[in-house]
Amino acid sequence: MNNQKRNTILFSFLFLGLIVLFFVNISLGSITIPFKEVYTCLTGGQSSKSTWEYIIINYRLPKAITAVLVGMGLSISGLLMQTLFRNPLAGPYVLGLSSGASLGVAFVILGASVLPSFLSGILLSPYGIVLASTLGSTSVLLLVLLVSQRLRDTMAILIVGLMFGSFTSAVVGVLTYFSSAEQLQKFTFWSMGNLGNLSWTSILILTICVLLGLFLSLLSIKPLNALLLGENYAKSMGLNFNRARLIIILATSILAGSITAYAGPIAFIGLAVPHIAKLVFQTSNHTVLFWSTLLFGAAIMLVCDVVSQMPGMEITLPINAITSILGAPVVIWLLIRKRNFK
Amino acid sequence: MANNILTTEHLSIGYTSKKETVTIAENLNLNLQAGKLIALIGANGIGKSTLLRTITGIQKPLQGTVFLNNKKITSYEPLALAQNLSMVLTEKLPPSNLTVFELVALGRQPYTNWIGTLSDADVQIVQDAIELTQIGHLSQKKHYEISDGQLQKVLIARALAQDTPLIILDEPTTHLDLLHKVSLLKLLKKLTHETGKCILFSTHDIDMAIQLSDEMIIMTPETVVQDDPCNLITKGSFNTLFKDEHIVFDSEKGKFVIT
Repeated sequence: MNNQKRNTILFSFLFLGLIVLFFVNISLGSITIPFKEVYTCLTGGQSSKSTWEYIIINYRLPKAITAVLVGMGLSISGLLMQTLFRNPLAGPYVLGLSSGASLGVAFVILGASVLPSFLSGILLSPYGIVLASTLGSTSVLLLVLLVSQRLRDTMAILIVGLMFGSFTSAVVGVLTYFSSAEQLQKFTFWSMGNLGNLSWTSILILTICVLLGLFLSLLSIKPLNALLLGENYAKSMGLNFNRARLIIILATSILAGSITAYAGPIAFIGLAVPHIAKLVFQTSNHTVLFWSTLLFGAAIMLVCDVVSQMPGMEITLPINAITSILGAPVVIWLLIRKRNFK
Repeated sequence: MANNILTTEHLSIGYTSKKETVTIAENLNLNLQAGKLIALIGANGIGKSTLLRTITGIQKPLQGTVFLNNKKITSYEPLALAQNLSMVLTEKLPPSNLTVFELVALGRQPYTNWIGTLSDADVQIVQDAIELTQIGHLSQKKHYEISDGQLQKVLIARALAQDTPLIILDEPTTHLDLLHKVSLLKLLKKLTHETGKCILFSTHDIDMAIQLSDEMIIMTPETVVQDDPCNLITKGSFNTLFKDEHIVFDSEKGKFVIT
């Protein structure tokens, strides 16, 4: 089929582009490291300068891997939610999942002084933040789901998501009022999003979480395709809807929760990337969309990270600002270009 | 009889809410046979949808049993049920980029593997369904680019691809003009006779249903009767359909007249 050929070409380009971007991402930063050096270093060879090697192994490579994981995970969770809620504007950020995760993390970082000491000991460990964040995003998603079953109108679901968002940010606001300057700073840095500064242990945990989420998403491809015809048709085709929905929710919560825990709430990736994939591949088939969203998500996150590092300059801009600056216009452009927004 | 596909025994349908039980119809003994096109008619709000929901296993009966291929419908696993019963619903499809071919191919879901790969045999069945419904020229179009009449045919093709002995359609002729109503019902008739499937559809186009269906099920507040259209005319069943003295069924013309 003609489409298949087109898809193969697109996928090859996308995959090559991703690899190039990965190298570009590692090579650019406050100090530019030549491509050749990056390559030798990554393939196990000796770099001509030991400082370069140090930067690559301890700073640039973990950051690039984090960007890939974050981009993939958030984009896929957006794709799952857009189909599950039959709403093109759904995404982890819009539906309040990220705010839920923020609330969880806020309780841990800002509320540490209020909690009993043995609890705060557990909660302040790296696992604690992941746990709190995942719990936060899961509970918001469950609440949104609960409401969405009473409201058939998909637009209302978005508004509910936005309301949860402002509710959680209000609670976070109250918590900040009672916390110390040091805690506040820690939380503010977290909330601006950060792909760097992750230890290899944290990256390992994040990788496991993202892989688990992606695996569950992979299992959901067939149910998601059935859901393209709506819940009732999907059921009439033998879909165990409740189980499928549970798996989809679990996948999105694990993805959005773990990523938000480590990288902070990152806006627009989850919303915009699936649309870019749908626009480029012109399909709703989730077998194609899964892989294209995965690749686009990783690639776009790497680009955003390159932009945030401001090549040749000392400062690093918060990643959340970059994704919003690039993402918001993309969404508006999509809306205007395709009025019926498939 | 051997070719019974779906039968009901002393079936009562209705709703149970916290306060009370609302019975819509009682003691239904319906019988849907292979190779027959059966129309379900009744005034708005009489409970056609409730009946369809009950015999498709979506809603629990108040009493009695529904048998699908001599097996209780409640004892079917969702997947096994989907291999025996397919549906065409009235609801609007959510927005998506699905092409007509992809939409029809979704009908193969009860048979495909965990990720939904279509085998050569699946593709062949999908193509046969597309050919039977004469929508081949549309197969690469997006589902939102085609007309309501064409979409209805596509949804029927999807049900055909699901390859079930029984297909149930909920008001397939609504929103269609006369030409498309007739061509759709003729298509259904052709399908039952060519494929030996049983097709049950609810409709408000009573005169067309009288002319084209093999059997009819008439729902009135008092009773539910199933028979072939000629017998129903002789029995005068159509006059019980609407509680309005100005609408009278003319048994010679075979249609309703307003007096």
